[in-house]
Amino acid sequence: MNNNRHVISILMENEAGALSRVANLFSARGYNIESLSVAPTDDPTLSRLTLVTCGNEQIIEQIVKQLNKLVDVVKLIDLSETEAIERELMLVKTRAMGEQRAEMKRLADIFGGHVLDVTEATYTIELTGTGSKLDNFLRAIEKDAILEVVRSGATGIALGQKALRA
Amino acid sequence: MELLTGAEILIRCLKEEGVEYLFGYPGGAVLHIYDAIYNQEDVKHVLVRHEQAAAHAADGYSRASGKPGVVLVTSGPGVTNAVTGIATAYMDSIPMVIISGQVPTALIGNDAFQEVDAVGITRPCVKHNFLVKDVTKLAETVKKAFYIATTGRPGPVLVDLPKDMTIAKTEYHYPKKIKLRSYNPTIKGHAGQIRKAVDLILSAKRPMIYTGGGVILSDGSPELVELTQLLGYPITNTLMGLGAYPATDRQFVGMLGMHGTYEANMAMHGCDVLIAVGARFDDRVTGKVDNFCPTAKIVHVDIDPSSISKNVQVDIPIVGSVPNVLRAMINVIRDEKLKPDAEALDRWWRQIDEWRAIKSLSYRSSDEVIKPQYVIQKLYQATNGKAIITSDVGQHQMWAAQYYHFDRPRQWINSGGLGTMGFGLPAAMGAKLAFPDQDVACVTGDGSIQMMLQELSTMKQYRTPVKIVNLNNHYLGMVRQWQEFFYQKRYCMTYFESLPDFVKLAEAYGHVGMRIEKPGDVEGALREAFALKDRTVFLDFLTDQEENVFPMIPSGGSQNEMLLAERDEMVSTHDEGMVLL
Ligand SMILES: Cc1cc2nc3c(=O)[nH]c(=O)nc-3n(C[C@H](O)[C@H](O)[C@H](O)COP(=O)(O)OP(=O)(O)OC[C@H]3O[C@@H](n4cnc5c(N)ncnc54)[C@H](O)[C@@H]3O)c2cc1C
Ligand SMILES: Cc1ncc(C[n+]2csc(CCOP(=O)(O)OP(=O)(O)O)c2C)c(N)n1
Ligand SMILES: [Mg+2]
Repeated sequence: MNNNRHVISILMENEAGALSRVANLFSARGYNIESLSVAPTDDPTLSRLTLVTCGNEQIIEQIVKQLNKLVDVVKLIDLSETEAIERELMLVKTRAMGEQRAEMKRLADIFGGHVLDVTEATYTIELTGTGSKLDNFLRAIEKDAILEVVRSGATGIALGQKALRA
Repeated sequence: MELLTGAEILIRCLKEEGVEYLFGYPGGAVLHIYDAIYNQEDVKHVLVRHEQAAAHAADGYSRASGKPGVVLVTSGPGVTNAVTGIATAYMDSIPMVIISGQVPTALIGNDAFQEVDAVGITRPCVKHNFLVKDVTKLAETVKKAFYIATTGRPGPVLVDLPKDMTIAKTEYHYPKKIKLRSYNPTIKGHAGQIRKAVDLILSAKRPMIYTGGGVILSDGSPELVELTQLLGYPITNTLMGLGAYPATDRQFVGMLGMHGTYEANMAMHGCDVLIAVGARFDDRVTGKVDNFCPTAKIVHVDIDPSSISKNVQVDIPIVGSVPNVLRAMINVIRDEKLKPDAEALDRWWRQIDEWRAIKSLSYRSSDEVIKPQYVIQKLYQATNGKAIITSDVGQHQMWAAQYYHFDRPRQWINSGGLGTMGFGLPAAMGAKLAFPDQDVACVTGDGSIQMMLQELSTMKQYRTPVKIVNLNNHYLGMVRQWQEFFYQKRYCMTYFESLPDFVKLAEAYGHVGMRIEKPGDVEGALREAFALKDRTVFLDFLTDQEENVFPMIPSGGSQNEMLLAERDEMVSTHDEGMVLL
């Protein structure tokens, strides 16, 4: 049984407590959550929640069924089952002194990042991409140079004309 | 338009929903609601003696009548006391609406007096819950609560109502219909799947029908009986499904599972096509999952997709409601004049009858000491098999399930999923309120009855004459049985050195008490008790203290690994089984 990673995108009522129902479900049933990101959509009565989890086929099937069973969940899609893109936002504060400074800027450029804030000793860099691209960036820079990392968790959307709407 | 307070609106909504009884207990946060109750006569309020009993009584009322049970409790300890009752209903999918008082919205989150996060505490044991923060949404919320509780896979729904919401005024309008974009249970089964299932079902050489609580919850018994008799196949029921198929019919092979009959479990193990209907493959039924129905292709009909392929992978899933799906199956079979394989079926029945001949429910009778099984057999006779039986949890529950033959749905009321001791008595009260003209008996044990004894007082006040059949073995018998088998008789904390005089206790509450010590007195006592139509009678049967429940599949065992009686060597349970309950 292989534990594959799944990105599940959920459209749910933007009600107080809706998020806790999802979180509660995962802890109560012993499923793991790798990341979770949530915000209201263009329709303010709805929230979009993207959840990354892993498990074998049977577990993922149960997760999907249990999520669908929540009264607040309108619709959901397992993005791992269709062609989809996945993006995550990362903010990194790095040391940037002396020679390090130019090198850090160069790496940020290669990864398509932006420097958002500069001090004499640090850079704050913004990067978006797939989770593994962000991992690669962190691997590419010196370990000691990392002061702080903030990641949004993955969000995603299916490619093509298919849209998840209420 | 007239303006009403939230409290008045709530009571109007309940009336609109046809609520006959409200089971509750007052307190500060719900005073306004009680004031609204005072001013009307449509909804009758039953004042229990503990909020857990309010939930159990509403639950018993619901299981007996099919209508949702309704509960009203105050904030803080009121709602926490009710949690066990709510969880009990949740595990058995019982429709229930609980109204809990809450501190005023302005104080929520302040650790105010009698504040608890009721929505948070109950979240894992309700189908859904609401916190009302705007009185203009109250009526709609109540409507949603009833709709969600009673449709799809039923369950409890809690509405948390801050005190200021009960005082605020608004226009009253009760929505006739409600539609939720996020909630839409599937009722009708997929025609293609039904067709495939029928083909598989008719190709069976060794078929077996296994049905559960879903048939009762959906009132699908007529369709189940019709289909089963049309096919001529053997049928077994789970503990929750007893009564959905008449137990006295020849095609019924008894309950299955841990304490099921030999023939039911052997037929499960040996079948080639399993037709599962409204049952959820609980671990007390499947035993060791890897070896469950090892040669069978499985059809599973259930309204809840998450029940399907949760514990056991099935071959043909059908999401839908029992009566709809079974009716569709019957139609296909009749329209196309399909016939089962008569010769194979005949062979299969001969095999099953051999298993049946083992008489796995026989027990050693006695002239000296009262055997608990004998009490249930006599109870069955004394009530002509027609009483509504509620039970508590333990050995007595299993004996009631095994020896009282339930011929109709909603006749057997017990806590299967959570196994809540204390359920039986308040549930009996609820059932009696639903059916005042029927005999209601509560089969209980010396341990369980003491968990909700205070309700004897409620039963006096509301004149709900129930017969309490206490199988008094001085032990927490079911636990003692496990200690005997799996802990070399180290009876730790399962013997009651002190028990109350139940006869005097019954009398203190204004009821009739009887103590029965000899087998010869069992029948007479029961007849005498049931003749006292308008009295609650507490029958304290002093039974064989160390009698065990058989047959038994030790946890983690397979369905063909049954222990039939004392004579069987008690193999210690499998290692994986020791962690199971
Ligand atoms: C001491 C003790 C011993 C026990 N021993 C046994 C035993 O030996 N044998 C046994 O069977 N049980 C036993 N139990 C009970 C066991 O724990 C479970 O409660 C029980 O097996 C579950 O029954 P069920 O599968 O019928 O499911 P239920 O809990 O009744 O669930 C009903 C199922 O039907 C579905 N459903 C609901 N409505 C519909 C509808 N309209 N259409 C279609 N489907 C619907 C639901 O989604 C659910 O899947 C024991 C319990 C205790 C406390
Ligand atoms: C509230 C609660 N606590 C504990 C248990 C565990 N338990 C299951 S059966 C049982 C013994 C019940 O004793 P009794 O009511 O005397 O019934 P008997 O088994 O003796 O017939 C216990 C303690 C339970 N099911 N419910
Ligand atoms: Mg006992």
